Amino acid sequence: MSHDTETARTNPSISPVYNDKIVRQFTIMTVVWGVVGMLVGVWIAAELLWPALNFDIPWLTFSRLRPLHTNAVIFAFGGSGLFAASYYVVQRTSHVRLFSDGLAAFTFWGWQLVIVLAAITLPMGITQGKEYAELEWPIDLLIAIVWVCYGIVFFGTLARRKMKHIFVANWFFASYIITIAVLHIVNNIAIPVSLTKSYIIYSGTVDAMVQWWYGHNAVGFFLTAGFLGMMYYFVPKQAERPIYSYRLSIVHFWALISVYMWAGPHHLQYTSLPDWAQSLGVVFSLILLAPSWGGMINGMMTLSGAWHKLRTDPVLKFMVVSLSFYGMSTFEGPMMSIKTVNALSHYTDWTIGHVHSGALGWVAFITIGTMYSLLPKVFNKPGMWSTRLIDWHFWIATIGVVLYITSMWIAGVMQGLMWRATNTDGSLTYTFVESLKFTYPYYAVRLLGGVLYLTGMLIMVYNVIRTLRTPEPRAANEAVAVQAAAA
Amino acid sequence: MSSLMSSPAAWFVIVMSVANMLACLWLIWWTARRRTANTESNTTGHSWDGIEEYNNPLPRWWLWLFILTILFGFIYLSLYPGLGNYAGTRGWTSSAQLAQEQAQTQAVFEARYGQFAKMDLVSLSKNAEAMSAARNLFANNCAACHGADARGNSGFPNLTDNDWLWGGNPETIYETIAHGRKGVMPGWVAILGKQGVEEVSAYVLSLSGRKVPEEWIEPGKQRFATICVACHGVDARGNQAVGAPNLTDKVWLYGSSMNVLRETVTNGRSNEMPAHLPLLGETKVRLLAAYVYGLSHP
Repeated sequence: MSHDTETARTNPSISPVYNDKIVRQFTIMTVVWGVVGMLVGVWIAAELLWPALNFDIPWLTFSRLRPLHTNAVIFAFGGSGLFAASYYVVQRTSHVRLFSDGLAAFTFWGWQLVIVLAAITLPMGITQGKEYAELEWPIDLLIAIVWVCYGIVFFGTLARRKMKHIFVANWFFASYIITIAVLHIVNNIAIPVSLTKSYIIYSGTVDAMVQWWYGHNAVGFFLTAGFLGMMYYFVPKQAERPIYSYRLSIVHFWALISVYMWAGPHHLQYTSLPDWAQSLGVVFSLILLAPSWGGMINGMMTLSGAWHKLRTDPVLKFMVVSLSFYGMSTFEGPMMSIKTVNALSHYTDWTIGHVHSGALGWVAFITIGTMYSLLPKVFNKPGMWSTRLIDWHFWIATIGVVLYITSMWIAGVMQGLMWRATNTDGSLTYTFVESLKFTYPYYAVRLLGGVLYLTGMLIMVYNVIRTLRTPEPRAANEAVAVQAAAA
Repeated sequence: MSSLMSSPAAWFVIVMSVANMLACLWLIWWTARRRTANTESNTTGHSWDGIEEYNNPLPRWWLWLFILTILFGFIYLSLYPGLGNYAGTRGWTSSAQLAQEQAQTQAVFEARYGQFAKMDLVSLSKNAEAMSAARNLFANNCAACHGADARGNSGFPNLTDNDWLWGGNPETIYETIAHGRKGVMPGWVAILGKQGVEEVSAYVLSLSGRKVPEEWIEPGKQRFATICVACHGVDARGNQAVGAPNLTDKVWLYGSSMNVLRETVTNGRSNEMPAHLPLLGETKVRLLAAYVYGLSHP
């Protein structure tokens, strides 16, 4: 055992001390759900261009596939990525095995079951009608149970750590696990009337406010804090550089997690939400800018002194670009929450563009980079099968994101301007259909962007399969050979 | 709106939000104060799985950005409602802003189109400037149901054919738009029975020259005479006073197939044109009435 521990310290990736099986499982499912979720996204983008693609089948209508897309990319792809990264990182930075292998395995199978149930119920039209919280109460209960077990595994591991200090990535993972539990449970309190139907206990504006307190903090904690945790381990690891500033991580961590809590009302500007709540939404969204950028700065500056590695390491490219998109979308977000800007941007495709610059540019890029870095380690391979293909993936996906968000910017601003244009008689200058007609070319560009992004993912799948089929590293084989010779 | 909040809730909002902003300032001050580098390499001395940390000072520009956004927050919250029941020095509310913008738009509109409210509807329907505005108003307010070309849709009458449910003289059209209409036909299956429904439907279709089973026409006519005449009249030409359609022409609101007739007679119909005077005001309703009149009186 002491020998194993020693090995763990010198070469953790091949050690039996850590539970890497769970990491392997989640890593593979991250790639699988990534392809599935993005495929559905591409499909519904095509439906916006050619509505006949729903074939008059209710299961394939935009309204049912759209929540399937969002749930698949956020909770299946992103969620699996976060499980993989957090389980890997908490073991490596605490120098202990996971608190419970059994519970960890339960979180894997439980989470996959949640995803499968979502994939069945959402196309059937079974929904709570709350964005990003569509799943009905039995699935919500399962999520809550899985999530609490996740918390037990994570915090149990942390509690048994052999290191005095808790690594910064684990602060972010910890905050994301706790907050998502609170958000999920509070937002989904409902009274069931049947197995597939329930009524949320909140009503009217209160329901809207609770929903967007949940919705925005799902962005803040699931899609931001969780992936910052990923970033804080894998960026310095990949760059082989120390983290830029410990104190910056302290300030931006505490500021980020406290200020995010207030920003939800910016989703409800100019609605029946009371004015005071809308104003607080504006103020705290603006204050959120600096804490968000703190994470970007810490990641970017960690790379200073290692910029030359960008020439040879496409994984690092994914990470750098993800940080750039993180910085960009966390600038865009506060701007869009200002009431006068929001009056133009709200309900337009600008919002869709903003979300995807965060989702494709930041969340997915950091996840993809992390998976490329993680996969060979947990599968005990010398590296990914092809670095060139990672490079191809990077460029194709980057072009995809850029096409996606620029087309949605133009479409969104144009829609906003058309919707608000009025004649002197007080009537609207354009009908809604006219704005839709003008949006068509941009829907085509968006679809192209999505297709490129999905193509990148398929390249990744091929690369992953080839990597898994390469033989074990030479060193390990030699060790086996030596053992065999000795015997 | 904000005055609806109870005092403890209001104070909770004030204390929590201000405390959070002050805590951010304190955090900046506290971390900026600590400037010890523990090791020669200027790292904190921590190492996790080979990852070390520098403890570089916070970038100045970032620090100022952070402080400025917090200061902006305090200023904003002193000017606008945000801190509980405190209304802000500007006295701004979203409902007042809406009312003011609506009044402004209304004033511009009345200045230019108010003159038309005094004109009679028939001559208004010939006025090019008025009708240009009316076409826009129709597109915004009426086209959703009656179609951009005003030819209607199933359940929504065609406004161009000079066939009227409630009457087509200008003032009646004005009435319809201003105060709305409720067109209700009861379901008759309980009284007529299934066979009766078939017969009545067949008879009604025969009135406009449609081919139907011969043997149903006579019993259908008799049933019609006992029930339907009350609204649709002895000659089945309808009654505009109650919005009962003429059944002898080829204009059908819900369609003219036997299936549709059967459904109408069996379960009845309930339809509503909403009242637009409260939404649009007198001038716009008059413009629209003239426009609709003009559609069938070019």
